Amino acid sequence: MTAEISRLVLPTYRRDDASHPPLDFAGYTSTALRAPTRPLRPLPQWLTEITGPVLGRDRVGALDHDLTRQHDGEPLGERIVVSGRILDANGRPVPDTLVEVWQANASGRYAHAVDRHDAPLDPNFSGVGRTVTDADGDYRFVTIKPGSYPWRNHDNAWRPAHIHFSLFGTAFTQRLVTQMYFPGDPLFAQDPIYNAIRDERARERMVSRFDLDSTVPEWALSYRFDIVLRGPDATPFEEDHA
Amino acid sequence: MTTLETTPSQTVGPFFALPDGLPWPDGPDVVPDGTPGAVVISGRLLDGAGDPVPDALIETWQASPGGRFAHPDDPRGAVDEGFRGFGRCATDPEGAFWFRTVKPGPLPTPDGRVEAPHLDVTVLARGLLQRLVTRLYFPDEPVANAADPVLSSVEDPAARESLIARATGGGLRFDIHLQGDHETAFFAI
Repeated sequence: MTAEISRLVLPTYRRDDASHPPLDFAGYTSTALRAPTRPLRPLPQWLTEITGPVLGRDRVGALDHDLTRQHDGEPLGERIVVSGRILDANGRPVPDTLVEVWQANASGRYAHAVDRHDAPLDPNFSGVGRTVTDADGDYRFVTIKPGSYPWRNHDNAWRPAHIHFSLFGTAFTQRLVTQMYFPGDPLFAQDPIYNAIRDERARERMVSRFDLDSTVPEWALSYRFDIVLRGPDATPFEEDHA
Repeated sequence: MTTLETTPSQTVGPFFALPDGLPWPDGPDVVPDGTPGAVVISGRLLDGAGDPVPDALIETWQASPGGRFAHPDDPRGAVDEGFRGFGRCATDPEGAFWFRTVKPGPLPTPDGRVEAPHLDVTVLARGLLQRLVTRLYFPDEPVANAADPVLSSVEDPAARESLIARATGGGLRFDIHLQGDHETAFFAI
């Protein structure tokens, strides 16, 4: 071991527990048999945790960002642009990082064998997209607005319209899977997945913003959804040389 | 320094495995078939009733056999050995998942100790509002495992054992129990 290695200095990604849901949440019945019952144990943030998979453009096809152009015809529904910036909690953009999305079609039906909702499939809509952020951390998808759909969590349960997002950032600690919602959805109040986040302001960070400025005239409405991943504390090395 | 609050976690839900969705065709292949030293790790994800969890996504992240990462934040320097280090596998109707990988090297810690070879493991599923994190250690590393700071911090022997894969016929077995008498040790990071 060299002296350099003996002085290994690593960043720490700050926790933000108040912004995240508990694992056991009675309103969401699927947690009952799946949420661990024993307290989580602390894991140090060492080399495996402060690094992460670097998954870039080799994972993304030319039309993967446009869910309306993946088939012979156009999908039914309201065409929308969904764009935003991936940041860390220090406000730094996260460039060149893989963004994966999946969603129901305009009728509220997933093209998935397990989805038994009695609503039509759309042969022109798969509901899967992926892209990589640019140098400024920006991403952009073209899709259709997903429909709401019923589920069996409780009597007359309906999911608010949403698009699932999967993000890696640059460190294992930053991995995030979330859902983007649409402003003013009347189904928020009865949705336990949305309300599992106890802090109202945190919940609102999952709601996209209608953005007239980036709406494409005579073609598509636009929603903005910025995503904030955990950020590293300044390392002693950085402080020493600031 | 700006401090922003993070975007909340939500469940991955039951539908991530849409055709061409999150389960990549080469997802379980951390290394290609035929790679010298490759080992197949297989396991099942089970819920609190002992039933298989058929709609989960398991991901792994690890160092190379040389104990390096092709990553700019490794202060020892990024070493690109062409090693992806990342695995991703959806569970099947029996709750089963598998990965083909190679054993990573040991890693130095900031306080001068050494971590035994390990994989960091993420579990995503319907019913999990946040991802779960656990670790997989290797059964043929008893000395390194005994000195590993994370394993050593788990005092309950059964919980510690839940982190060490078992050698089977030609590979390794690593079951993940979300609840119950054999509940896997999960970590907060």
